[in-house]
This record gives sequence, C-alpha cells and structure tokens, in this order.
Amino acid sequence: MSVTTDVTPATVPAAAAAPVPMARLTLVELRKLADTRAGMWLLIVIGLATLATSAILLGWADDSEITFAALYTFGLVPSAVLLPVLGILSVTSEWSQRTALSTFTLVPARSRVLLAKVAAGALIAVAATAATAVLAAGANLIAPAVGGDGSWSLDPSLIWQSLLLQVLFVLMGNAFGALLLNTPLAIVIFFALPMVWSILGGSIRALADASQWLDLNVTSQAMTEPDMTSGEWARLAVSAGVWVVLPLVLGAVRVLRREVS
Amino acid sequence: MIAVENLTKTYGPQRAVDDVSFTCEPGTVTGFLGPNGAGKSTTLRMICGLTPPTAGRATVAGVPYRRLGNPGRHIGVLLDASAQHAGRTGREVLALAAITMGLDTARVPERLARVGLDGTAAKRRVRAYSLGMRQRLGLAYAMIGDPAVLVLDEPANGLDPEGIHWMRGLLRGFADRGGTVLLSSHLLREVEVVADRLVVIGNGRILTQGDKEALLGAAGTMVRTTDPAALDALLQRMGLTGTRSADGSVLVPTDPETIGQAAATAGVVLLELRPAGSGGLEEMFLRLTASTGPEGAHR
Repeated sequence: MSVTTDVTPATVPAAAAAPVPMARLTLVELRKLADTRAGMWLLIVIGLATLATSAILLGWADDSEITFAALYTFGLVPSAVLLPVLGILSVTSEWSQRTALSTFTLVPARSRVLLAKVAAGALIAVAATAATAVLAAGANLIAPAVGGDGSWSLDPSLIWQSLLLQVLFVLMGNAFGALLLNTPLAIVIFFALPMVWSILGGSIRALADASQWLDLNVTSQAMTEPDMTSGEWARLAVSAGVWVVLPLVLGAVRVLRREVS
Repeated sequence: MIAVENLTKTYGPQRAVDDVSFTCEPGTVTGFLGPNGAGKSTTLRMICGLTPPTAGRATVAGVPYRRLGNPGRHIGVLLDASAQHAGRTGREVLALAAITMGLDTARVPERLARVGLDGTAAKRRVRAYSLGMRQRLGLAYAMIGDPAVLVLDEPANGLDPEGIHWMRGLLRGFADRGGTVLLSSHLLREVEVVADRLVVIGNGRILTQGDKEALLGAAGTMVRTTDPAALDALLQRMGLTGTRSADGSVLVPTDPETIGQAAATAGVVLLELRPAGSGGLEEMFLRLTASTGPEGAHR
C-alpha cells in the first residue's frame, strides 16, 4: 500500500500552531472547578462552613478569645479540609467523567494541563484565604458588640504561613488525584493515609523520630504558630516533599503516560 | 489533510492496529469502515495523539497531532459523545472549548442552534441529554474552532433517521467547502451516501481502500438467469466464483460487459445484468470483514 506523498504539504494555520497560553489554560481550569454541581456545592459548603466558624466564635467563645487572629485561624479550617477535595476532583474527574478525552484533544501537551490545574489549585487556595481574612475582619467588627475582645493584632508571619499551608494541602489533593486517577479512592486515601501515619507515628516509639520529619500533620502544626524556626521549616520541607512533591511527580508521570480512551 | 503511515499498535501479543496506511485529502469525506473491535477507534486515537503508536506515524497538516499547540483551530475531533462531564451544561461545555481555543464565548449559542440544540437544551446538564443530543453537542464541540479537518468516531450513533440525514448534509457541505472529513462507522449504509473514499479495516488491518465509485464498480455484476446450472458451468469455464443471493441472483466479480458477452456466446439466457453497486459493496464488506483470518488482506 503506498501513501501519497506527492501532494503539496498542508501547512498548519498559525492559530493552531501556537500553544494555548498558560494564563488561559489556568483560567479554564479555574472555571472547571466551579462549573459542575459537585464543584459548586463544595465551594458553597466551604463558604457556609467558614461563616459558621465566625458564628461559633462570636456566639460561644470566651470574650477574650474573640480576636481577628482567632477568627482568621479558625476560619481557615473548613477550606484547609475541603479545598483539597476540589484539588482531587480537578484531576480525577477528567478520568472518571472521561473528559480527559476532549481536554487532551484540545491541549495535547498534557503537562501544561496538569500545570494549569496546579496553578488553579494554588489560586483558589489563595482566594479562599483572602476571603476568609475578609470574613474574619467582618466578624471582628461585630465582636465588640457581643462583648468580644476584638483586637486586630495578627503576626504578619501567620499570613504567609497560613497561605502556604492552604496551597500545600490543595496541591496535595492535586497530587493524590493524579496519582490515583479515581475520585473515591483518592479522597479516602487522601484523608486516611496521613491519619494512619499520624496514629502509627504517635504510638510506635521507633517511628516517633521519623514522624517528626515525615508527618505533614505534625510539621504543619508549626505553621499555625507565629515565626516558624528554621528547624520547623526544614521539617515542613521534608514532609511536604514526601506528601506533596513526590506524589505530584509520580502522578504527573502517570497522567502523561496513560492512554486516554 | 490527514496522513497515516504504517500505523501499528500492539497490546501484549494482540495487534489491535496492524500496519495501517491511508490519507484523507481536502474536499473529501473518507469513510473508515469496519466491524466493532476492528481497530477503528484505536487508529483514530493514535491520529489524535491520545494513544502512542507502537510503530508508524500519523500527521495532521504535515505534523504529528501532539505538535499542534492549539489543535482545535485546525482539526475538530469527536471520538466519544458520552465523554463529557455529566454535571456541565451543554453551553458550558462549548464555552470551555471556546475559551481554551482563544475564541469569544459569544459564538456558543449560535453554534448550539446550528446543531439543533435550542436555548432550553443549552441550559440543561449533559446528564439529561439523550445520546443523539450528545452527538449533536459533540459535533458543535468539534466544529467550534472552525477547523479544516474533522475526525468523527461513529457520529451517527444514537441519531434518529432525520438526525443522520442532517449530519450527512452537514459533513457533505463541510467537505464541499474544502474541508477534510474522516468518519468511522461499523455500518456501511451510514457512510455510503456521504463518503467519497472508503477505507475498510478488519482485525486491525486494511482490507481494501479506494474511491467509493471504484470500489462500487469493482464490487462486480449482479446476474440473474433462467438456468443457474448453465451459469455456474459458464463461470467455472471463465475461472470466476459467483456468490448466490437468496433471491437467486449471482454476484459475479467482473464487469457487466464481460459476463454479458460470455453469456450470449454460451447461449445462457439472462434475466438481469447490472453493476452490483452498493449491494455489492455491502456484500464485499461482509465478506471482507467476516473472514478475519490472514487471508483477509487484499490489495
């Protein structure tokens, strides 16, 4: 069978040749986080839960504990727990809903899609942290009215640390999603594995030293206290390497190699 | 245009696609035919860079698909209409494609209308779509970047007869304006009307390919006679093997003149003598695809 090669070689139009800019891809991935029912409701639940944290502190906390720092720190809990699920869904839904087929047909450079998902995850974490700060500020304005302390002091280091913590957890969600490519499995493993490791590390004496360096739940605890020491940063870096970077790299390899059908 | 050169894909010991080569030229509709599991979808996935080939290569406009930075602006692809997020609305699915390609989302409603999805359908989630509606959405998705090439895998699945007719018109018009269409189907009748060229694949290998007219012509001649035994004897002398249909007519693999002349000389009375046409093509299709053994390869 001969292939006709004597036809004039068709040229690719410029519009199809140039890669899709990262900013546009990131925008698309951000939009995809919120344009399904699952994603939208997750965001609504996070918003409501964050509101609830302020309500709980205003209604039931000791008056001296009602400060901007406390409202802000407690307010970050819902997004720290639930935003990673959005990070997981962002990757796994491409496979469970089989949209990978059309996604990678429009953008064959899969690494760029994955990078856009990571960027979108980081941006939504930053946005959630900023929204929480605004909400906490609003609640703190009401605080004096309910007899609360209402002080505004917040150690600047806490802002950056909490921001990083939020981003780390969402990226960990991205990473577990890419590694497992299965929504329920990724969600269960994401929550269960670190928990099991924390229990083991806390109860088995031989693992105690290792868990000081490798348990993200332990090392990230320092991020909620002002002015982390260099030792704390080192431990955080090591544990984040194991729980975020390593699965992200392995997951990326899996996504890049996997046949789409 | 699309060029497929010696494309091969093996999964373990199984050769899903085996040394497949063909080209699709601008201005033509190529029908990619074969029974289920023949390797059609795997071939299309390899063309679109979703499955890495074991050997061989496929190019679109001269370059491998994966080297296209923004392929949607040149090639529209519909491989599986069901592979859309069930929780997105039809409008959102198209909007995402438009944004990715760097196009204005303002074109979305008009594109949906063009494939027969009205405003109400556009606002519904894909979960609520019938397969036919998903195919229509998939076509709009493939065409939203105003591509020059279309690759469609079984696009008629789930469409009603009116929908199939509409799609044929759409693809024909697209090709007549200079577009390239590669269209797969397991049903010959579906592509026969619209295709200019046919590529028939079975068991991963190309069984036959060429212009539809040529294939139709090469399909042979339908002959009906008052004396089947005499015709059989005549065919035997000519070294031809006829295929007898249920209605008593015989499909002879030669042109009408040859067999008509021979019948006249031999004094065999013919009741019917005509090019086998599409009936013959279907006959050929069934014959080629039924024999999946090594003798199945032709040409």
